[in-house]
Amino acid sequence: MFDEFYFLQQLINGLTVGSAYALIAIGYTMVYGIIGMINFAHGEIYMIGAYTSLIVITGLAALNPVWLPLVLLVALICAMIVSSSMGWAVERVAYRPVRGQHRLIPLISAIGMSIFLQNYVHLAQGSRNIGFPSLIDGGFTFGTSEGFQTTISNMQLTIFATTLVCMTLLSLFISRSKTGRACRAVSQDRKMSSLLGIDTNRIIAATFVIGAALAAVAGLLLGMYYGSIDPLFGFIAGLKAFTAAVLGGIGSIPGAMLGGLILGVAESFTAGYLSSEYKDVVSFSLLILILLFRPTGLLGKPEVEKI
Amino acid sequence: MVARNFGHALFCAMITLIISYPIVGFDLVFTGLSLELQQVEAGTIAGILLAVAAVFVFQLFRPAIMGTLARLVGLNPLANRPPMEQNKRLKLERGALTIIVLLALIWPFMASRGAVDLATLVLIYVILALGLNVVVGLAGLLDLGYVAFYAVGAYTFGLLSQYLGVSFWVALPLGALLAALFGFVLGFPVLRLRGDYLAIVTLGFGEIIRIVLNNLTSITGGPNGIGGIPDPTLFGMEFGRRVKEEGNASFHEVFNLPYESVHKVIFLYLITLVLAVFTLVVIRRLIRMPVGRSWEALREDEIAARSLGLSRTAVKLSAFTIGAFFAGFAGTIFASKQGFISPESFVFLESAIILAIVVLGGMGSQIGVILAAIAVTILPELAREFSEYRMLIFGAAMVMMMVWRPQGLLPMRRIHVQLNRLE
Amino acid sequence: MLEVQNLSMRFGGLLAVDQVSMDVQEHEIVSIIGPNGAGKTTVFNCMSGFYRPTGGKILYRGQEIQGKPDHKISRMGLVRTFQHVRLFSRMTVVENLLVAQHRHLNTNLIAGLLNTPSYRKREQKSLDRAAYWLDRVGLLELANREAGNLAYGQQRRLEIARCMVTEPELLMLDEPAAGLNPNETRELNELIISLKEDYNVSIVLIEHDMSLVMDISDRINVINQGRPLASGKPEDIQKNDDVIKAYLGEA
Repeated sequence: MFDEFYFLQQLINGLTVGSAYALIAIGYTMVYGIIGMINFAHGEIYMIGAYTSLIVITGLAALNPVWLPLVLLVALICAMIVSSSMGWAVERVAYRPVRGQHRLIPLISAIGMSIFLQNYVHLAQGSRNIGFPSLIDGGFTFGTSEGFQTTISNMQLTIFATTLVCMTLLSLFISRSKTGRACRAVSQDRKMSSLLGIDTNRIIAATFVIGAALAAVAGLLLGMYYGSIDPLFGFIAGLKAFTAAVLGGIGSIPGAMLGGLILGVAESFTAGYLSSEYKDVVSFSLLILILLFRPTGLLGKPEVEKI
Repeated sequence: MVARNFGHALFCAMITLIISYPIVGFDLVFTGLSLELQQVEAGTIAGILLAVAAVFVFQLFRPAIMGTLARLVGLNPLANRPPMEQNKRLKLERGALTIIVLLALIWPFMASRGAVDLATLVLIYVILALGLNVVVGLAGLLDLGYVAFYAVGAYTFGLLSQYLGVSFWVALPLGALLAALFGFVLGFPVLRLRGDYLAIVTLGFGEIIRIVLNNLTSITGGPNGIGGIPDPTLFGMEFGRRVKEEGNASFHEVFNLPYESVHKVIFLYLITLVLAVFTLVVIRRLIRMPVGRSWEALREDEIAARSLGLSRTAVKLSAFTIGAFFAGFAGTIFASKQGFISPESFVFLESAIILAIVVLGGMGSQIGVILAAIAVTILPELAREFSEYRMLIFGAAMVMMMVWRPQGLLPMRRIHVQLNRLE
Repeated sequence: MLEVQNLSMRFGGLLAVDQVSMDVQEHEIVSIIGPNGAGKTTVFNCMSGFYRPTGGKILYRGQEIQGKPDHKISRMGLVRTFQHVRLFSRMTVVENLLVAQHRHLNTNLIAGLLNTPSYRKREQKSLDRAAYWLDRVGLLELANREAGNLAYGQQRRLEIARCMVTEPELLMLDEPAAGLNPNETRELNELIISLKEDYNVSIVLIEHDMSLVMDISDRINVINQGRPLASGKPEDIQKNDDVIKAYLGEA
């Protein structure tokens, strides 16, 4: 059964999950690019996005809505609002007060935040797995051999399309808008930017908010794709997305996209050809290997240690 | 002043409402097969509104509130007193420690079985936290996969006893050494990494070890774990009702006592106490040695330390290995205490709890870490309703500590030395 | 004893140091001067092993050291200070000096745990040496203070003392007079000369304070925009047209 159709299927599955990882990875990479710190609570923000969208979808379902895309759109917007607010709050509470202190301090404060948010959702919604209705069914089959069919589901197409739209909007935002340009300036040289009159605090908050909004999109998509969520759902996904960001070169937005796709495919092949139990092991090992041998990632710029 | 803050306060209150109401204000409930949304009871809603109001008021009067708080701290008569003279302090510390150890030796004979059992667990956490304190507090390496070494110690004993029938006393040093070896081998490549990368890589290692334990079903029993791990013996005397192993005697028969299951619990407690004291003494000594000073130097300024000839790898590796050694120690004891181990006991949450202990205790300070270990383990047991909120509170406490008191509640005191002018 | 040959250092597209050569003889104070951003500290960073130079050689007592790890270079007797003081700020003053003497920490782990007499003797020796240098730079009274709480001038002196307890042969000082008042600068001047005269240490100095440089240097190298501009005795440098132009700008 390990023929080319099976291979193609794993590739499609990998690219699907990978593009969602890329959405989460953007948040890590943007925050890192600007303040040089890992946002440990980012996985939790993604998880909160997934919960919010499930709550909204369930709430709307009770009203018997007519048009599905509208339901999804409303859920998406709500999730983005809640996650962005969370991202803003995280920056305000756990990052801004400790900025500029010894490296260990913001790191621990972020981990504390991550533990807090996990348990916040755990207490509010329970620790059990909750089924996420798959609202988008159907798909295309294009190839059959020895009883194996390669399918691309509509859900997968939705994930691709949404990711593509988000990435395009983000690129436009970064290159065209005033805030986007300020983001780039701050990531080049924070002190200089603030001397030139850029409100760096606002820009840093903005990166947290944008990253959180994209994570919320991923939360809705992956929640539906996997079909269930729980409060620990963000922890592993966060690690994966971080791996993707590092793989592509942390600080680089195209890098995050590339890293996400590569990681997704690597995982899906492990699951498809080896064992799905070990797919996490493969991605963590990948992370460790990259950090050891090419810490700047595929598209990252080398860093010069300042003395 | 207040007027200028009004907009900001309103914004913060809005954000609070947005991040709390959808998540806390609704419950996802299964009714039959379908998922339904239910409003939570009025009390919770009132709680949310109260929180929103609190944020609003705090942000509105922030300068005034912070000013008052600062003044309150200033009012504390203990805040600005001159530090105690070193000789006096050391004498006091030594006296206090002796009394504590003596009390710890005596009290289990008067306490209940459950209390002694809990105390053993507390001591295991004390060992773990003292070990992690070397890595995080002294060397400044954020190790988020510390629990992996704890697992190595526990599984060493579990596997050795299952396959080779090895006893506790043999497994104890082996478990610790094997954990140290793991620390050394894993540490060697990753210690070049910068702080935040190190944190995430160790986190990954911890998860890898857990996943592997979970999936090597043929050897480790997978999620079912390993059972029947023997209790420690005292010079060949067993504490069970009947002797399990050929050649061993039974404790209650040798001493002609009626059999009581609490003997075993007390014995294990005493062993753990001795090992905890051993850990404390060894690490205390290490801190005052060249190696301990190098850890701190590297934490303070890696570049300067290197420029003085300290090898970054050697220094970090020594901290990492020694930390892992004590985790292995604790793991062996844990396996013996539980009699059963499974990957369930070695999840990231455990690493997070141990880290919380180190952070709350004041990174570097041993007394602080011990007190924090006691508080963090006992409080959830004392207040059952608290235990559900335990991790929530730990998380919040970690953030607050970093913001307001990064040096911890009981920061480390520097050791003063007497220097003589030379000619 | 130290010879730098055609040293180059490139960061991406920027050639920060271009073909710089210089040498230091035993018992000599050699200064590197040049406008801000000329690449002086980069030369230092290459010599002390923080950067791996992209071109050229650095010979120390005939041995190539470019690209060696920094702690190994330091153990060979080349020790440096930093432009922005780098102390172990939450450790005490005397601990800062003890750490500097701990390069071979692996050998005495067991001895230290058992507190053997030979270990105690070694520790006492380190303490005595620390006390000697603290006295020498006038910080003995402050031995048990946290290093981060010292005044700026005191921190500078502590950093030099911390280098000296390692018994270096060549000391590299990166702008030691920056931020000092005239009085402190004079003391520093005397200290540096005494290091050379009384402790037989050769010194490489980066400094902006021209009176200090002209006063104590045996020879001076001028770097401008990464390239060597001139080198020679202080009195020659003072008269050199290129140097004057570089410093005063093309007015």
